[in-house]
Amino acid sequence: MTEAVTAADPGLSQPLLAKRASRRWIIAAALITAIVALPVLSVIFLAFFPEENIWPHLIDTTLPRYLWTTIQLMVGVGAITLAIGLSSAWAVTMCEFPGRKFFEWAMLLPFAVPAYVIAYVYTSLLDYAGPVQRTLRDWFGWQNASDYWFPEIRSLEGATLMIGLVLYPYVYLLARAAFLEQSPSLFAVSRSLGHSALSTFFRVVLPIARPAVAVGLSLVLMETLNDFGTVDFFAVQTLTAGLFDTWMNLGNLGGAAQIATTMLVFVVILVTLERYSRRRQQQYAARDNRDPIRRFTMSFPRQLICVAVCAIPFVLGFVIPAGTLGLYAWEYFEESWNPDFVQNTLNSLFLSSAAALTTLLIGVILAYSRRLHNTRGMQILMRLSSLGYAMPGAVLAVGVIVPLAGFDNWLDSLMRNTFGFSTGLLLSGTAFALVFAYTVRFLAVSAGSVESALQKVTPSMDMASRSLGYTPGKTLVNVHLPMLRGTLLTAALVVFVDCMKELPATLILRPFNFETLATYVYQFASDERLFHSALPSLIIVLAGIVPIILMSRSISNTRSIA
Amino acid sequence: MRMKLAATAAMALAAMPLSASADGEVNIYSYRQAYLLEPLLNAFEKETGIEANVVFAKQGLAERLEREGRNSPADVVMTVDISRINELVERDLVQGVENDVLNKNIPENLRHPDGKWFALTTRGRLIFVSKDRVEEGEITTYEQLADDKWEGRICTRSGKHPYNIALFSSMIAHHGEAETEEWLNGLKDNLARKPQGGDRDQIKAIAEGVCDVAIGNSYYYGNMLQDENQRPIAEQVRLVFPNADDRGTHVNISGIALTNSAPNKENAIKLMEFLSSPEAQRIYAEANTEYPANPEVKPSGLVAEWGEINPDQLSLQEIADNRNAAVKLVDRVDYDGE
Repeated sequence: MTEAVTAADPGLSQPLLAKRASRRWIIAAALITAIVALPVLSVIFLAFFPEENIWPHLIDTTLPRYLWTTIQLMVGVGAITLAIGLSSAWAVTMCEFPGRKFFEWAMLLPFAVPAYVIAYVYTSLLDYAGPVQRTLRDWFGWQNASDYWFPEIRSLEGATLMIGLVLYPYVYLLARAAFLEQSPSLFAVSRSLGHSALSTFFRVVLPIARPAVAVGLSLVLMETLNDFGTVDFFAVQTLTAGLFDTWMNLGNLGGAAQIATTMLVFVVILVTLERYSRRRQQQYAARDNRDPIRRFTMSFPRQLICVAVCAIPFVLGFVIPAGTLGLYAWEYFEESWNPDFVQNTLNSLFLSSAAALTTLLIGVILAYSRRLHNTRGMQILMRLSSLGYAMPGAVLAVGVIVPLAGFDNWLDSLMRNTFGFSTGLLLSGTAFALVFAYTVRFLAVSAGSVESALQKVTPSMDMASRSLGYTPGKTLVNVHLPMLRGTLLTAALVVFVDCMKELPATLILRPFNFETLATYVYQFASDERLFHSALPSLIIVLAGIVPIILMSRSISNTRSIA
Repeated sequence: MRMKLAATAAMALAAMPLSASADGEVNIYSYRQAYLLEPLLNAFEKETGIEANVVFAKQGLAERLEREGRNSPADVVMTVDISRINELVERDLVQGVENDVLNKNIPENLRHPDGKWFALTTRGRLIFVSKDRVEEGEITTYEQLADDKWEGRICTRSGKHPYNIALFSSMIAHHGEAETEEWLNGLKDNLARKPQGGDRDQIKAIAEGVCDVAIGNSYYYGNMLQDENQRPIAEQVRLVFPNADDRGTHVNISGIALTNSAPNKENAIKLMEFLSSPEAQRIYAEANTEYPANPEVKPSGLVAEWGEINPDQLSLQEIADNRNAAVKLVDRVDYDGE
């Protein structure tokens, strides 16, 4: 989904490639894709066997509203993330203002806050009994809710804001990387031709950054489409709500799979349209890293605007939620601290690292195979392998169970029949199932970033390396990977943070007595005991911060690395 | 490359807690939060030495059980709603248990005729009213929730939540679909705000003056009274046992069922026996302020103060059978809409 940043890349001249060596890469890529696409294919398969035809009832009743709400939510979140992500990325990259260095990485911190957690926090702050309304009542002498109007946080608008606040870092991250990579001379030329800074931003900078921004935005929109925790908590009825209703209340898994498949098609169309719209654009490796960015020096009021542009989303998306969690955690510390806690943290760290590494490795294999063999088939493989991102976690989890349990039971029968002993369930209900699910879910993130980074490496590098006798594998290890260090780290870390937050698939697939921080938080939060979940929530956020700082460093360094 | 992949996978496998069925284990798939089960399972382990392992999820456990098939490690499934447990029966994932201890501890109307599930607790779906703004006796039945006098004064959670679906199913069983649709339309017209939040949030909304009447499960109120931060909120409402004087108050169950595959069947039955025993039933009653299914055990002192509950005698099976009709009704009435 997130694949290519450039619409068409130059490809490599075939005669140079040792056919046999590259074929091995193709086979590896095809095998991996086949395995990774299995869960999604399983869901599509389930869609053929509904308990009953759910559509007439849906179309008669709730479907129009589900659709309309979903569209409103996606447009709203898209607008918020673009506004915050682009403006803050531009400010920290191009303007000089107090606190700029700090905001460079701090803007990413809301990414560590899961959407369901920020929703819980703001609800407890802004609802009637929360401190905000209490203070207002004290000030103005209002007696109860009928005396005054206060915006309802549990609403479509509320959900849009919550999701936007924690997802804008996707746009920020990719936009900033794109801005950093642009040659400052382009900007200088536009200015010297009489364009203002603002007009240059919209006419030159943004069009060049568009592929990267589109990747960020599509990640945002897919996460929004799949969000269940927040919309459920806020009673916002999106398609996902309809899907779970069909599944859990009507007991119609096939019908739910049909809705999931429809959503998948929706996403594929969206992404295809975006790519189609810039089919004629071609990105050239016009990057010039020796030329340092000259940031604007600005008047004091303008500096204030820059500070506000960064500080407002940072405070709303991070300081307030993390601060509130800290307070609650302090208040309920004795009840929330227990020995399981360390174990849960370790579980989360282990699973997320394993998934991040696996995802990265697979991402590199897929992206490099495509570089070696840039055909239509290879492009389709890339798309197929990243479909998992466009599916709600819980549905994907069922998609993971189907092939894993199927394989386990097939192997078990085989062993029973031929050797007379049972192997039981080898993969289902193990940590492997979880790592597999995370990989399927987040491969789009890593494969997309690796692919777009690889495309910026000029093919002459490959030619030189290969003509000097390196195999494709050696070329990858000795030439490409060192150059892509920054991108690889970023990709792995984004996946890591995503896995730390992942909830629905983890709940369904995990082994016995196995809690991650996210599941631990959820069991309290879902029982309306938010206070008890403050400490583990805070740990999820804190654990996300370290990789985020590393990530930001690696991006800042791109200008010195290459 | 592939070596590394294999190594990662091996690492993942090595780190997993072994879920193989050694002696002295019982494996639970639970729709109820693990921390709520903990005191019970600790007591069970202490008494029998059998270790209890839990996976908690609100979705997907039935699918997981079904796909794992005969190799599934799960011995029992625990649910918090009649429909969920009935689904396991319908999909033929659980087996009947014919056991004297269980049959003695759990009354006939709280278990499946063939022992395919057993209720462990019951919980009433009650009406909560503001002590200040609603007179005693002003509302006494579910039917009255649709009266015009409550216009703009009622709060509930989503009509799609299993607890509300079960209540609406019981209304369908008593009044038929057409009459229930009319009633639900009336109730919707009386809502003070779009359905949202959980049951506790509805009680909070009364304290806040957003509404005067709410629907909620009994134990949420009990738990709020037990939490010193939430007690002042709960103390602003009075509870009503709806239809106490006619057919009785709608109750739902939390229950347990033995899976078909159960690798530790003996231990599983021991667990079921234990959970129905007076000792475990007292833990349920005290810690979670639910009504014990075992008639030998009285509700906790706090719950007893509320007065006796007269449960609706409608069979749980009938409630489960009306689930789909109730779900579709909620859609038709657009209960959760603006």
